[in-house]
Amino acid sequence: MPEMNLVQAINHALAFEMERDDRVVVLGEDVGLNGGVFRVTEGLQARFGAERVVDTPLAESGIMGSAIGLAMAGMRPVPEIQFEGFLGPAYDQLVNHAARYRSRSRGAITIPMTVRVPVGGGIHAPELHSDSPEAIYAHHPGLKVVMPSTPSDAKGLLLAAIRDPDPVVYFEPKRVYRSFKEDVPEGDFEIEIGKAKVVSEGADVTVVTWGATVFQCLAAMDAMPEDVSVELIDLRSIYPWDMDCVIESVRKTGRCVVVHEAPKTCGFGAEVSSTIQEHCFLNLHAPVQRVTGFDTVMPYYKLELEYLPESPRIKGAVEQVLAY
Amino acid sequence: MTQLASKVESSKGSRPRLSDTLPDSTLLGWLHSMQLIREFETRCMQAYQGTKIGGFCHIYSGQEACAVGTIGCTNNDDPVILAYRDHGHALARGMSPRACMAEMFGKAAGCAKGKGGSMHMFDKPNSLYGGHGIVGAQTPLGAGLAFATRYEWEVLGTGTKKVTLCYLGDGAIDQGAFHEALNLASLYSLPVIYVIENNGYSMGTAIHRHSANSKRLTMRGEAYGITSIEIDGFDIRNVYDQFKPLVDECRDSQRPAFVDFKTYRYQGHSMSDPQKYRTKEEVDEWKQRDSIAALVSHLLHDRRCLTEAQWKAMQDEIAEVVRDSVEFAENAPVPEVGAELYSDVLVNPQPNMSPAGEYIHGAKNPLL
Repeated sequence: MPEMNLVQAINHALAFEMERDDRVVVLGEDVGLNGGVFRVTEGLQARFGAERVVDTPLAESGIMGSAIGLAMAGMRPVPEIQFEGFLGPAYDQLVNHAARYRSRSRGAITIPMTVRVPVGGGIHAPELHSDSPEAIYAHHPGLKVVMPSTPSDAKGLLLAAIRDPDPVVYFEPKRVYRSFKEDVPEGDFEIEIGKAKVVSEGADVTVVTWGATVFQCLAAMDAMPEDVSVELIDLRSIYPWDMDCVIESVRKTGRCVVVHEAPKTCGFGAEVSSTIQEHCFLNLHAPVQRVTGFDTVMPYYKLELEYLPESPRIKGAVEQVLAY
Repeated sequence: MTQLASKVESSKGSRPRLSDTLPDSTLLGWLHSMQLIREFETRCMQAYQGTKIGGFCHIYSGQEACAVGTIGCTNNDDPVILAYRDHGHALARGMSPRACMAEMFGKAAGCAKGKGGSMHMFDKPNSLYGGHGIVGAQTPLGAGLAFATRYEWEVLGTGTKKVTLCYLGDGAIDQGAFHEALNLASLYSLPVIYVIENNGYSMGTAIHRHSANSKRLTMRGEAYGITSIEIDGFDIRNVYDQFKPLVDECRDSQRPAFVDFKTYRYQGHSMSDPQKYRTKEEVDEWKQRDSIAALVSHLLHDRRCLTEAQWKAMQDEIAEVVRDSVEFAENAPVPEVGAELYSDVLVNPQPNMSPAGEYIHGAKNPLL
């Protein structure tokens, strides 16, 4: 198995699927000749041609809308929105069209589209280039939302997303893009959308997270005494999300901390926390805690790590729920 | 004589009009289709006023020549995508009046299973990709449909050369998405024709009050290097004469086009429109040159392929078809809550949203 970082794994998965299915087309700003702003689509245009890897104008509504049109006609478009902040101009198309087509046409027309979007902070980018809007899109019925944190998951989830008959927003945590490599299986495999991954099993407290903060949680666990047993869950899919996995874990541990980069109010952690109290009320030894970004606009890079849920804050919350 | 004047002259003069070369049956078919739309919309208004139809309802009466004429220039596998005033096009494309009316009534036999209503005229077998409620937002989708047909023809080698018709009103031309769509269509050479049904009003605002340089809308298409023409969309023979060569040209060259169809709607923007923005005299003036009456006159007196008795019989037959569609819609069952309310959101209903959902209504809810 070749070693790959997240960028290479996504590139590899795109090429794999384009080779397998000639209905797959990639479109976005600078995705062709330049290989994408993060070089995720590097080499794809040379390999598959400019009619399948299409450089677009800076026009996100047009990119998203034409990708939806492609999908309506049975193609498998994979548009890239360069940064999550640029979803703004495409929001109308994504929410008012892509998410609703199956419903509006009552199953006659579906949108098998995968929207690739770099997401999150931690790379010294400015605001509008560092946000985590996964809860916004999870809130819209008709969209699936995923966020892989490892190269292998990235490949398996991307193949599942492109083959999914419904629109999938595929968030790529920028902070993980080149942070490490791992062996990625070469052949065909999918990771089921909606299935979480237990990163490490534990007995005392459940930590639920997704995206780049998986690694902040691992760092927090490293800093804790050896007798603290943490069960770390990487949600991977934000909608649909793996309630069974989380509920089962919290029924076992009785304690839970949810960690995400997005602002606290109406972040997806609120959904996780609320679901836990609905289903694990009598199992809980402590209130569920959330470690999140703040209800502010993402600050410029000098304060970025103050905003993001770094490992000391996560460690503090775990200690709090253990001491409750 | 100026070039324009000579064009007008030739269209009036001795050279036969393109539509004159068509068989009588084609023009009689247009008349049937236009009258079907007119009658259907009349009954829709009655049903809406009788609270049989909910949601909103945008009536197409007056603009029939545009839908019937333009769709009459296409093949049935050429994609069509619509704005919200969409019943007429659906009927012109061959949707059954029963499916159309049942949708209006919110009944399960509707084209969108009765769960969408007036703006949800989907008919995939007839390549009809639905009505759209967000003004102008369907225009990039039209570019995408054309991208797909071109890709199927050119890259996959599985399709023939097709042309997509993307309809919008004059109100939609001010939307940003439309300009993105025009740019994409021209840049990628996509065979999509933007059919602007310019009825002079964006809801209640006259075109000169909502759009800059409104007497020359074609300049907007030209600015993107797109063939852009004006067509009198109130005269169906004229629609065919001018639009058919354009469709053929777009199909052949796989290029986009922009057409400013001058037309007029007899009813308000929606059923709840007080129409303070225009006078009854203005509406009556347009009705003087009504497109159906003009075609009937042509068929009666010029072509002599229709008699008064035959026209009366056709009207009666259509009235019966539409009456039947209303009766069908009245008697059709409403969508079943258990099976339909939660369906068709995602391909696989999720456990926390389906009616049998374990977490909300089922075994996994600790309170049940």
